[in-house]
Amino acid sequence: MPFIPHTEADIAEMLASIGAKTIDELFDEIPKDLVSGQLTGVPPGLSEMEITRLMMERANKDGFYQNFIGAGAYEHHIPAAVWQITTRGEFYSSYTPYQAEASQGTLQLLYEYQTMMASLTGMDVSNASMYDGATALAEAALMAVRSHKTSRRILIPRTVHPVYRKVVRAIVSNQKIDVVELPFCMQSGQILPESLEDFYKEDFAALVIPQPNFFGVLEQVDALTDWAHSKNAFAIGVVNPTALALLTPPGEWGSKGADIAVGEGQPLGIPLSSGGPYFGFMACKNALIRQIPGRIIGRTHDLDNKPGFVLTLQAREQHIRRSKATSNICTNQGLMVTAATIYMSLVGPEGLRRIAAQSHANTVELVEQLEKIAGVKRTFNGPIFHEAALTLSKPVKAVLTQLKEKGILAGLDLQTYYPDIDNALLVCATETKTSSDLKNYAEQLKLSLG
Amino acid sequence: MSIPTQLKYTKSHEWVKPEADGTVTIGVTHHAQELLGDMVFVELPQVGRKLAQKEECAVAESVKAAADVYSPISGEVTAVNSGLESEPEKINQDAYSAWLFKLKPANAAELDGLLDAAAYAELLENEDH
Repeated sequence: MPFIPHTEADIAEMLASIGAKTIDELFDEIPKDLVSGQLTGVPPGLSEMEITRLMMERANKDGFYQNFIGAGAYEHHIPAAVWQITTRGEFYSSYTPYQAEASQGTLQLLYEYQTMMASLTGMDVSNASMYDGATALAEAALMAVRSHKTSRRILIPRTVHPVYRKVVRAIVSNQKIDVVELPFCMQSGQILPESLEDFYKEDFAALVIPQPNFFGVLEQVDALTDWAHSKNAFAIGVVNPTALALLTPPGEWGSKGADIAVGEGQPLGIPLSSGGPYFGFMACKNALIRQIPGRIIGRTHDLDNKPGFVLTLQAREQHIRRSKATSNICTNQGLMVTAATIYMSLVGPEGLRRIAAQSHANTVELVEQLEKIAGVKRTFNGPIFHEAALTLSKPVKAVLTQLKEKGILAGLDLQTYYPDIDNALLVCATETKTSSDLKNYAEQLKLSLG
Repeated sequence: MSIPTQLKYTKSHEWVKPEADGTVTIGVTHHAQELLGDMVFVELPQVGRKLAQKEECAVAESVKAAADVYSPISGEVTAVNSGLESEPEKINQDAYSAWLFKLKPANAAELDGLLDAAAYAELLENEDH
């Protein structure tokens, strides 16, 4: 649908037909003292030339660094075709139209996205996306509590992304839900399934299981899933979608599989762009289909037996059920999902496996090189995917500053989120890094510590 | 319009049948299923749950809407019609045999406050106009 602005003549004609003199007159019923007048914080309009120049100046301030920071957002190669196709007029709308079924193309794309995510996570159903990974986890917690009926406790290990834990608390704590944090093993950087029994005092609705966890370490997902199920609780997997190309999907964890899988979709073709917009994904088992929030697109047949796509299971959404809706997050991240669907279509299952394998290999190689430097050792000994924590002989902050001067964003200072872990650096090397990039990083770190 | 005379009714379109053993059986009325249309799912309360009068305790979901079912009187849930979970269309076929749950009343006097068939018929009459 094209955007066609009204001309002055259109406006005059419309005003004349309803008997109003000016557009402002239409707002006369708003009491004068409520009208804000001038928006003083908003600068006057700029021309296209001026704004382009301003934005280029600001973009240059970001500099041109070699990025080795992961910590929840990952730099991957995005084929040029992804955004070339995504920004075509037919796709370039971030919103599911309100007359949804009139937009069969949009619905078909979302349906294909759902199919891909269900297959990647090993789940029965996926919704049409959520805002981001952190809010998707909060929604999964709410979903588990709604379905569990007797407990309002959620167990979240400290190996889950610290920002996700904060967002979950912010969203669920006003709904009388207890968020209980579980410790991890300081040697392996993992949750120890055998230690969980010590923390089991009363019933809980769900256990959150990250894979890989915030330290890049792989958790013992089978034992954790089975433990949650043995306590009549749900297992919620928080997963990296790239990693799923190589790892067991959450739907197959343990003897019955996790019940809900959520995560951040950004690695699937979305640029880092200073933190957003990204999108969250959410998938679940059939048994929970009526508790999954947001939009779900279904495939059906019309009266003439022609295939078509429709919004399905929407009776519990807010436009129908209002304040009693399953969730009031009913906006999906349509444009990001479009890009992710095109990204997955272009790279394919084999491509995604190669991207995951190369990212893993690069990180392993980087860690091996760095471990040879005096004053560097791995913080945890658990197996890793494409990120690792390294303990340095010097404060991380100073090292990061020095490497930045050499054009390297060397990682994340773990102390930012874990004051109890000293001098640890979280590094990530995806498929975008070459052997010489890794060598250069190692040389610069050696100089910095020497 | 089908409104059996031996049942009691609520303004929120539940029917209530007092049983010989002192429990009551509860469902949604023919009128309610007609408003909702084709039923696709029913969410039932847990057996043993104690309900207050007018408390939300079940959800009847059709292709059009997910409607709450309210407990007509206070009491404890003694049984649920779990067959409806796989065959919710039974509510459309016969709303008065497709019961949702049974209650052991906490205060049987609350039954007297419910509508009889004539009063419920009048309620529907007024709703239509």
